[in-house]
Amino acid sequence: MFRTVKELVEIAETEEIQLSEVMIRQEMDVKDTTREVVYEEMEKNLQVMEKAIEDALQGVQSVTGLTGGDAVLIQKYMKEKKPLSGNLMLDAVSKAMGTNEVNAAMGTICATPTAGSAGCVPGALFAVKEQLNPTREQMIRFLFTAGAFGFVVANNAFISGAAGGCQAEVGSAGAMASAAIVEMAGGTPQQSADAFAITLKNMLGLVCDPVAGLVEVPCVKRNAAGSSLAIVSADMALAGVTSRIPCDEVIGAMYRIGKQMPSSLRETGEGGLADTPTGRLLKEKIFGMSV
Amino acid sequence: MKYKSVFDIIGPVMIGPSSSHTAGAARIGKAARNLFGQEPKWAKIHLYESFAKTYKGHGTDFALVGGLLGYEADDKRISQSLATAKELNLDIEFIEDSAAVDHPNTARLIIGNETGSLELVGISIGGGKVEITELNGFELRLSGNHPAILIMHNDRFGAIASVTRILAKHEINIGHMEVNRKDVGKEALMVIEVDQNLEDTILKELNSADHIIQIAKIDS
Repeated sequence: MFRTVKELVEIAETEEIQLSEVMIRQEMDVKDTTREVVYEEMEKNLQVMEKAIEDALQGVQSVTGLTGGDAVLIQKYMKEKKPLSGNLMLDAVSKAMGTNEVNAAMGTICATPTAGSAGCVPGALFAVKEQLNPTREQMIRFLFTAGAFGFVVANNAFISGAAGGCQAEVGSAGAMASAAIVEMAGGTPQQSADAFAITLKNMLGLVCDPVAGLVEVPCVKRNAAGSSLAIVSADMALAGVTSRIPCDEVIGAMYRIGKQMPSSLRETGEGGLADTPTGRLLKEKIFGMSV
Repeated sequence: MKYKSVFDIIGPVMIGPSSSHTAGAARIGKAARNLFGQEPKWAKIHLYESFAKTYKGHGTDFALVGGLLGYEADDKRISQSLATAKELNLDIEFIEDSAAVDHPNTARLIIGNETGSLELVGISIGGGKVEITELNGFELRLSGNHPAILIMHNDRFGAIASVTRILAKHEINIGHMEVNRKDVGKEALMVIEVDQNLEDTILKELNSADHIIQIAKIDS
């Protein structure tokens, strides 16, 4: 069983297999089951992600009215105008935000690794899909690769905003997506690790400060940042850019930063954006009480 | 290692909006219901730190109650659970508790009916994964990676043997076992981690063993 990204990459290199294959084999071993069973379970998760994006692009609205409809807005803009950041990038942003709009509207999603960050991985996947034309199997493998990196983060640091801030959620999710994109695009295991490190480095210190304690503002838009950064980092790694700080040390830094964060910035809805005049006003309006 | 499976990371499939505050909360509620083994009539739910500050926004309240009603984290009925509880005359009280706790997402559930009650502390550690850290005043150290049986029993000789005899008969291997008691001859708790999920028939057999008060299983 791998405990670190270094071990994960070493196994893949020594056995000359993909990172997704290392994760699949480990899962078969841990669950004492067949490849078919493991594939089938991941296929179900993939279907949930697909359906959430489909729903989002029809337009959803949360109960509070704080979020919803932005995914549709961006798709419309892509059709009518020429986006500065390109269609693939905006497609990822739209699908990542859409997934989280569905989540905020209490729809069905697949936590990846959490619900608040559930848009980053599927957003990136369903956007790069348009260019890379993967098989269904490659799409399932994308999730195993993302999962392998998330697995290391969860066991060595944290993946919840309450424990480590948003860097642990959207930071991890975006980084997981970067690593998976690299594999799907034909990069090496080490390039996946570099892409992961580059994204997470740029997410370090990100606090969890949900307005009114709701997984809406700023969570939905942070998923846009997570998925787009994932694509940029993947491209950087595929171009040969490496991370000066090794992946596992970046995860270690994320952990120590999270430990130093005060509880007001760890999903208590007390600090940061939640504690702005507008943030406080929204809370008052939604819950009908002064705070 | 706390997380053993890739599906702890990619998953669970759940109703939004928060894996730790909604899905995890539902799982803690469900664990309390399973361990109680009966229909609860009332519940006092203490919430701490992040749970206490944000439970309304995250729907932690209806997720915990949904779990108490027996719903899984992906059950769409979760969003209506508070109304359903009212219809079923399940009396719920939420207490925002400012006491210090080890984990920011901690809930203490005290549930009961006319025949008995149960007190459980659960923590939601992220991505929907939960740990039960305390049951009826006993500290638990369950990894959550293997199925477990929790057995409340009277502290008498032969109680442990009667349980392990049944497990041996059904060729169930014990991976880890702990026994705790409040005082000599008083209530005690056996925690047994096993390698495979147990069938209900075996649980029934365990339930009728000597000196057993209450029994519950946690599937992995």
